[in-house]
Amino acid sequence: MIEARAVTKRYGDKTAVDDLTFTVRPGVVTGFLGPNGAGKSTTMRMILGLDAPTSGAVTVNGKHYAEHTAPLHEVGALLEAKAVHSGRSAYYHLLSLALTTGIPRRRVDEVIDMVGLRDVARRRVGGFSLGMGQRLGVAAALLGDPATLVLDEPVNGLDPEGILWIRTLLRALAAEGRTVFVSSHLMSEMALTAEHLIVIGRGKLIADLSVRDFTELASRKVVRVRTPEAGRLRDLLVGTDVSVTGLEPDLLEVAGLNSEAIGKAACAAAIPLIELTPVQASLEEAFMELTQDAVEYRVDDPDRSVA
Amino acid sequence: MTTDIAAPRTGAAPAESHVPLPADLKVTQWRVLRSEWVKFWSLRSSYITLAGTVLGMIGFGVLFSAVTANRWPVMEAAQRLRFEPTGVSLRGFELAQLIIGVLGVLLVTGEYGTGMIRASMSAAPKRLPVVWAKAIVFTVVAFIAGEVSSFVAFFVGQALLSSQHIQTSLSAPEVLRTVFGTGLYLTMVGLLGVALGWIIRSTAGGIATLFGLLLVLPALSDALPTSWSQHITPYLPSNAGQSLTAIKPDTGMLSAGPGFWVFCVYIAVGFIAAAILVKRRDA
Repeated sequence: MIEARAVTKRYGDKTAVDDLTFTVRPGVVTGFLGPNGAGKSTTMRMILGLDAPTSGAVTVNGKHYAEHTAPLHEVGALLEAKAVHSGRSAYYHLLSLALTTGIPRRRVDEVIDMVGLRDVARRRVGGFSLGMGQRLGVAAALLGDPATLVLDEPVNGLDPEGILWIRTLLRALAAEGRTVFVSSHLMSEMALTAEHLIVIGRGKLIADLSVRDFTELASRKVVRVRTPEAGRLRDLLVGTDVSVTGLEPDLLEVAGLNSEAIGKAACAAAIPLIELTPVQASLEEAFMELTQDAVEYRVDDPDRSVA
Repeated sequence: MTTDIAAPRTGAAPAESHVPLPADLKVTQWRVLRSEWVKFWSLRSSYITLAGTVLGMIGFGVLFSAVTANRWPVMEAAQRLRFEPTGVSLRGFELAQLIIGVLGVLLVTGEYGTGMIRASMSAAPKRLPVVWAKAIVFTVVAFIAGEVSSFVAFFVGQALLSSQHIQTSLSAPEVLRTVFGTGLYLTMVGLLGVALGWIIRSTAGGIATLFGLLLVLPALSDALPTSWSQHITPYLPSNAGQSLTAIKPDTGMLSAGPGFWVFCVYIAVGFIAAAILVKRRDA
């Protein structure tokens, strides 16, 4: 269980995380979503006690991370930027972490096998691909058999097989009763992996809901109607709960009515319909709609690049 | 390039642990120390800088001793008067101090530069055990390397000087103290580098600051008026520390005992600052 209570983090005059309150529960995979620069990595660093909150508090199983006597057994973490000395081999990297808390060498070998790095375990990490680096990060996170896992963008750089592996792994870890908190900026990936979502933008909480609720939110349907008498149909349909958008001179998008109601209304008014198509917004579109006001870096902003 | 590295295979059972973990998984200072010991010996840069320190110390000692022995027959009386056999064989410390200083800085900044520090600090979130463990590991390794190279440089140097019968021995006054003191000085310079690494966090900045303290500061102090410099110059870190390497103190400099303690104060202040900053700053 991870609890963030009114957490704020400022770097100089820039507020990275703004009064964030949420709870991550054990037993399910919780996705942590937000556009780049939303404050996901900062929040995760605060969970691990690497960055201190300017105000508020983050606890893991009721304690600040640093107060746990066996931190690697409590929380396993994969941080976004590689937290590995590039000159050290994967084996010695994991062994040095294991030794701090008395984890036996055989466990190091075991996690190396688990993530499929046995053949390259003795090579310097500097030569690893992004995907291999992610696997090493996952191995480090699993090392202490932790009750809570905090993974920052774990699918970054993985091939399709690796992505499938992570997905299965995360679900299995959650099914064992662990708390699994995974950040991503890809809604589609989270929809497949997570059961619960915490969405942030510009450091603020935007949504804290189950994936099912989010999907329903996303499935707010619109109907595309093509008719030569678009103006007349628009006047007929538009009302308090119904909005009509003209896409082309003869093409309308109607939100708030289903295709049956539109069809019947058009028939009653003797308006010929050429096309009547229900359209469902994708999860990605719904996510973008949810966070559109909170996107930190925009392509059209010449001073900033897309991170 | 990564092309020659085989793609990793996907592990089968995702999360099960078949290796039983001990009930006691407490992070202790001893365990962090063992971790830092393994970290030190699993980096190529440790071996390279240690070898550089030893070779610099011995190689320069051999060079200076051989050159001195060679020129002895044609040396003027004034030069002969200034000749001091222990110092000649230990001249390599001037190079060795820079290399061991780099090792000290790198021990810490290597972690900040690569991001490893975040792994270290999340494994030992109290943080200070990492600071002490690195200091202890470094002291042990650097002390052994410093003393071994200092004594080897001395013995080889004296053997070369003996061709002109101008050698000295460890039983002569102050010689043992000087040879031992030179190894100790190297250890302490490296420790100063470790402390600077924690404070400055970047390799380039740490090395530049250390070299500035050792090489530039004494030169700058020469520019001060004499009435000031006599109260400042002997207490500069390099001058105080290098009193350990002199068989008798240079004019106006501290003798070995006080010099050692002044140098200790610099290192202690460095580590106190390091400890405060490491606790306070975001990793």
